[in-house]
Amino acid sequence: MDSNLAVQLTIQGILLGGIYGLIALGLSLIFGVMGVINFAHGQMMVMAMYVSYWIFVLFGIDPYLSLVIVAAVIFVLGYVVQSSLVNRILDYPEAIQVLPLVSLGLILENFALLLWGPDHRSPQTALSLKTFWIGSVMIDVSRLIAFVLAIVITILIFGFLKKSNIGKCIRAAADNRTGAILVGINVDRINNTSFALGAATTAAAGVLLLPLMPVSPHIGHDFTLTAFIVVILGGMGNLLGALVGGLILGVAESTSTLFLPATLKQVVSFSILIIIMLFRPQGLFGGKK
Amino acid sequence: MKRFYMFLAIIFTILLLLPLFLDNYILGIFVMIFYWAYVGQTWNVLTGYTGHISLGHALYIGIGAYATTYLALTFGLTPWIGMFLGGLIAVVIALFLGFLGFRFGLRGVYFVILTIAFAEITRLTVSHIEALGSFTGIFLDFNPSFWNLQFRGNQPYYYISLGFMVASLVVVRLIETSKLGRFMVAIREDEEAAQALGVNTFKYNMTAIAISAFMTSLAGAFYANYIFYLHPNTLFGMSTSIDLILRPIVGGLGTLFGPVIGSFILTPLSEISRAYFAKGGLEGLHLILYGVLAILVVLFMPKGIIVYVKKLLSPILKTTHGE
Repeated sequence: MDSNLAVQLTIQGILLGGIYGLIALGLSLIFGVMGVINFAHGQMMVMAMYVSYWIFVLFGIDPYLSLVIVAAVIFVLGYVVQSSLVNRILDYPEAIQVLPLVSLGLILENFALLLWGPDHRSPQTALSLKTFWIGSVMIDVSRLIAFVLAIVITILIFGFLKKSNIGKCIRAAADNRTGAILVGINVDRINNTSFALGAATTAAAGVLLLPLMPVSPHIGHDFTLTAFIVVILGGMGNLLGALVGGLILGVAESTSTLFLPATLKQVVSFSILIIIMLFRPQGLFGGKK
Repeated sequence: MKRFYMFLAIIFTILLLLPLFLDNYILGIFVMIFYWAYVGQTWNVLTGYTGHISLGHALYIGIGAYATTYLALTFGLTPWIGMFLGGLIAVVIALFLGFLGFRFGLRGVYFVILTIAFAEITRLTVSHIEALGSFTGIFLDFNPSFWNLQFRGNQPYYYISLGFMVASLVVVRLIETSKLGRFMVAIREDEEAAQALGVNTFKYNMTAIAISAFMTSLAGAFYANYIFYLHPNTLFGMSTSIDLILRPIVGGLGTLFGPVIGSFILTPLSEISRAYFAKGGLEGLHLILYGVLAILVVLFMPKGIIVYVKKLLSPILKTTHGE
């Protein structure tokens, strides 16, 4: 019975880990190109969850279908944030760079609080309570869909960065900024696109999360931290590392509920962070710099 | 320089006499001004002077508050001694954090996340310890006396918090002019170069974080006996850490008077707007304004308001720029 529960929790952890990976992918992408940590990452995701929620409530469009619209909305938000704010602070000392993005998170969080109140909201979608059994293990349909879509989106982003013209420019700018400018890449615009793409990625993750988890204004901050831990676990700026790190963290958090109260599961992820920093600060997949 | 000290002495005298003319509510706002100036200053010691960004400084406030209160409730130990024991705990934790961060020369982002992680772990752990009141927190009994650090009315708190602020100014001024301070600034400007010139950067980083943690935790002891209510989310939470860094940055990071100027501008604004908007049912609006203000300051006056204050005062103080 107990081992059964362990298997169940591990599978749940893997499925959730795919979404963690997606959130972290966005953060890693932004960091890789600009060297800036998006402290408003989780709050942007919460915005996406609200947009998706209201599209569902007002127009009855299922979150999985509205995903593209929501991602586009948050893409624009990210583009505006980068072009109007982050591009101006890239050359500032790090201590001062932190503040505007933390403030942005604060603004988004309280904006949500002001507009929609502190209630937890959860849409009753067609699939939200459907489950099926494999042997003795129960799997939520919406969790499985979220995982599969998260992996598909991750692969799409990899493909985009590898093959497309803009993707190549993004990788060039991440690799060597000055070099990219020298060969005639408009780095400012690439910055905007990268930030927007990172934001859209976390938006997609938020939409996938919506059927699994009620949305409220204050949950964003926790996800920002989770995304950080995943990114450090996988290696800063390493996109594949983000995915693997997400899976590891998902499983670790999920199985920790076997012997800890669920409210303490974050202590597990922070402990992983400290262990990684003690023994392998460059992350599991990080090369030497 | 002499004129400058005269100027400070005049301001200090005014602040000493002020409680004679102000009512209790206004005094309370001043207490908060001094309190935030003090914790902003203690954060400034680490981040302003050595450049290591801590976004988890609420950790030390929380440790100071909980340690002092626990010792007072369990052993009847006076907060005046308890706060130093709390300070020692804070130092031990800060040194462990510093060891993790500085050993690899982790800078910037990694260090930030490490500080957040420590604060969050402590917040969650305290939330699960029965003896510390778990999720509900601890309500303090009101037994006004000097040894309990509890008083009727705000006037004693006013003088104590003023004392804290002035003491922090003196300490930071002493650090600034000492060898330690020079090394800290060297680390901020270029850690590798400082190391190459023979500065033991690890040692000075550890010293800086220890001093900062110790001083910050003292503020926690004061806060606990001023508010009479300890809650893990407000004491260790990230919003406190953000609140704490806003003032020095707005005032002027890495300057002696930056945190004080920042606090004199932001604290009344936050106290008044919070009360005003909460009444209108617009909860959270004051934090939005706060965020917008912080962004504007960073974008348009990244060196802080202190630059303008200096310009404004230069005819009185007869100083040239750069003083």
